[in-house]
Amino acid sequence: MTAPHLILAKQQLSTDVFLIRVQAPHIARERRPGQFIMLSLDAEFGERLPLTITDADPAAGWIALLFQRVGQGTNMLAELRVGDAIPVLVGPLGQPTHLEKVGTVVCVGGGIGIAPLFPIAQGLKKVGNHVISIIGARTKELVILEDRMREVSDELFVCTDDGSYGTKSLVTAPLKAVCERQPKPELAVAIGPAIMMKFCAETTRPFGVRTLVSLNTIMVDGTGMCGGCRVTVGGKTKFVCVDGPEFDGHQVDFDGMMKRQLAFRSQEQEALAQWRQTHACKLAAAADAARATG
Amino acid sequence: MSQHPTAQDLDAAAVARLNDLNAAGKPLTAKTRLAIPAQEMPAQPPAERIHNVREVTLGYSAAQAKLEAQRCLQCPTQPCVKGCPVQINIRGFLQAVAAGDEAAAIAVIKHNSLLPAVCGRVCPQETQCQAECTLGKALKDPEKSVCIGRVERYVADWERENGRIQAPSVKPATGKNVAVIGSGPASLVCAADVRREGHAVTVFEAFHKFGGVMLYGIPEFRLPKKIVEIEVDTLKAMGVTLVPNFVVGRTRKLKDLLEQDGFDAIFIGTGAGLPKFMNIEGENLVGVSSANEYLTRANLMRAYDRGKAATPIAAAKKVVVLGGGNVAMDSARTALRLGAAEVHIVYRRTEKEMPARTEEVAHAKEEGVVFHFLANAKRILGDAQGRVTSLECVRYELGAPDKSGRPRPVLVPDSEYLMDADAVIVAIGNESNPLIKQTTPDLQTDDWGHIVIKEDGSTSVPRVYAGGDIVLGSATVILAMGQGRCAAASINRLLAGA
Ligand SMILES: Cc1cc2nc3c(=O)[nH]c(=O)nc-3n(C[C@H](O)[C@H](O)[C@H](O)COP(=O)(O)OP(=O)(O)OC[C@H]3O[C@@H](n4cnc5c(N)ncnc54)[C@H](O)[C@@H]3O)c2cc1C
Ligand SMILES: Cc1cc2nc3c(=O)[nH]c(=O)nc-3n(C[C@H](O)[C@H](O)[C@H](O)COP(=O)(O)OP(=O)(O)OC[C@H]3O[C@@H](n4cnc5c(N)ncnc54)[C@H](O)[C@@H]3O)c2cc1C
Ligand code: SF4
Ligand code: SF4
Ligand code: FES
Repeated sequence: MTAPHLILAKQQLSTDVFLIRVQAPHIARERRPGQFIMLSLDAEFGERLPLTITDADPAAGWIALLFQRVGQGTNMLAELRVGDAIPVLVGPLGQPTHLEKVGTVVCVGGGIGIAPLFPIAQGLKKVGNHVISIIGARTKELVILEDRMREVSDELFVCTDDGSYGTKSLVTAPLKAVCERQPKPELAVAIGPAIMMKFCAETTRPFGVRTLVSLNTIMVDGTGMCGGCRVTVGGKTKFVCVDGPEFDGHQVDFDGMMKRQLAFRSQEQEALAQWRQTHACKLAAAADAARATG
Repeated sequence: MSQHPTAQDLDAAAVARLNDLNAAGKPLTAKTRLAIPAQEMPAQPPAERIHNVREVTLGYSAAQAKLEAQRCLQCPTQPCVKGCPVQINIRGFLQAVAAGDEAAAIAVIKHNSLLPAVCGRVCPQETQCQAECTLGKALKDPEKSVCIGRVERYVADWERENGRIQAPSVKPATGKNVAVIGSGPASLVCAADVRREGHAVTVFEAFHKFGGVMLYGIPEFRLPKKIVEIEVDTLKAMGVTLVPNFVVGRTRKLKDLLEQDGFDAIFIGTGAGLPKFMNIEGENLVGVSSANEYLTRANLMRAYDRGKAATPIAAAKKVVVLGGGNVAMDSARTALRLGAAEVHIVYRRTEKEMPARTEEVAHAKEEGVVFHFLANAKRILGDAQGRVTSLECVRYELGAPDKSGRPRPVLVPDSEYLMDADAVIVAIGNESNPLIKQTTPDLQTDDWGHIVIKEDGSTSVPRVYAGGDIVLGSATVILAMGQGRCAAASINRLLAGA
């Protein structure tokens, strides 16, 4: 029941983006697209971070996590090597995506949001939908999972903000074009930074295309205990970890959510700076030690 | 802040009094007993304790415990026992302490309660055992009842500090398997009682540590984590398997545990759930958190250990807590310890109606928490960055009693006023945790999502039992424990018959 969560494989997709495969047979068995895990690297003092399960193999007993290095937690995770164990890993959490055949769906992923989008696009394809995908990022380096997204999509648009790869545009431009088609898509799924999801929802709203978004609020426990992940949806308080993470994008109060995401910005930056400093010291000490013995 | 005698002073006074009483060499008369003053609990001085997270109360000395136990009138009818949810033989253990026999006393207590070191500290004694005590009635002041909880704590601490905690004996293996979900007091007690009968027991806990609210809710300064850890170690010594980071309903569905994983019976002790919010404007501003979030960051993730803990907790100067229960007191007192310069509690009714334990309220006051009665938040205001800056409050007055028998607070028109704040903690109670219900449709729950049980602890799903806060709503450690015991007895009967 408590086999260690060993890292079985690790790949660096770009400067700050990593893909790891972690041994977790129980989670691999139960997980469905749309679900996430919480992990912590230090059971005594650590924070818990939520990451979407990008992929899983129930037979082999692993799950895949794709993450971007942003703060202390994800930086520490990026330091782990194959064979290291993640001390705290719990899941699968959140409501699975409701996968059904509706006809044509458009899947929009922005930046690291492509990671959670992939299993959903894959699931939607599997049940027989016509899948049009749009993936975008700030710059070429940050366009991830392009090949995998292509495998599960009938059409794929790639765009970057700076035009270094694909079309130079925001994801909302191709999204609008797809919504203008006749017949229009039945469903849109948009996952990425809050601001991107907000504008995707605004893009689809006039067309009356139902739009699912997957919210990445701050979480503490991820099991419906703390209320830290609350957002206002349709005027009501909802909890992303147990009621979500997916919601009707036309109902979400994105402005409120974006403010809450910044809640701990200064402490996070401080923690990261502190981590970088001690980390640099450790590296220097290790180098000194190596020199001394070597 | 009032001046308190030190632990040494209190002990010396008790020793002197005991010598006096014993000099006569005769059994004490009721009159002599009535004349013994209730023993004050030694405590860290308020000015000092708000800068640390060590336990506030220090516990009776042997002499104080003995003297306090000698206050008991040994009533033939023992009304106190009726007030105790698990019917501890109070007269019996007090008699043993009065005679200086702690070992006998702990045996009497353990017959009914498995967690006396916890209950002696956190039970709302003044509304339970001590509310019924004849001595308090005779002295016309319930606060002058025998301090049953404090003596209970003394005995439990004596057992632990003298290394006398022994794992209960376990009968030979029966080959039956029981799953216990959650590791709060209801679950810990259920696991121990089922294991004693020789059944294999596995505890599944969503968090990475065991103990439930005793660990992540009730702060260290009121219930040292060490005490909870020792209880968990005792379960381990009994051969109970403890699985952390396992969310039943998600990591594995309840039905699968029963039908595929070979569990013969299940106990659900998942506790209270999602925090309630006031549903007022500004509640999602940065700096507003539920007590659950605040206390979890502070306790489980050790925000107070600022050098080490990663969890961010807003360094607030002026904290306002909404609510009047134990959770509100704990939040306020934790905020002081995390460095707030000012902490205010806003409560809709008056001090008399506050559900918090009297001792916690008294401690909070001594520590400088400011109380605002007959007031409530109307909306929370923030700055351009969405951070809390102030609260708009309204005043209330007491009206006719409501369904709970407490006077209903009535809004005073046009009584709005502003209060500055850079953090607001909402401590107005919890809904129930939806996870198991979401994935077990045939498990019957009431309108609030609490699991419905019969008298024997059984739920609408065969072989599945439940107890504690998930059944009772927000209750107490001792009630949760009582239900865990009751369900364990039912499970043991079920497995013996099958
Ligand atoms: C359901 C869900 C699924 C997610 N899936 C992925 C994923 O697949 N890949 C990925 O790279 N990221 C994902 N995230 C975001 C990821 O959890 C955060 O990037 C991570 O927690 C940041 O931690 P940190 O210590 O490195 O950074 P910090 O310094 O703590 O924070 C950096 C930024 O991350 C955000 N953040 C901080 N703590 C949390 C938290 N507990 N929960 C959410 N956001 C937080 C903050 O807004 C902040 O701006 C997901 C978030 C949620 C809620
Ligand atoms: C701040 C605070 C102060 C309090 N003060 C007092 C006091 O002074 N005196 C008093 O008597 N009572 C007090 N209480 C109330 C008391 O703590 C609770 O009534 C008691 O702990 C309930 O016990 P329980 O066993 O039902 O559940 P809990 O202690 O709530 O434990 C439930 C456990 O189940 C786990 N869990 C939940 N869902 C799942 C799942 N799906 N799978 C696996 N595990 C799961 C949770 O993580 C948790 O560890 C206080 C409560 C709080 C929050
Ligand atoms: S368990 Fe609680 S109610 Fe019972 S005797 Fe002890 S303190 Fe009193
Ligand atoms: S009611 Fe009070 S005095 Fe009487 S037996 Fe109980 S504790 Fe003693
Ligand atoms: S993360 Fe705590 S309730 Fe959702």
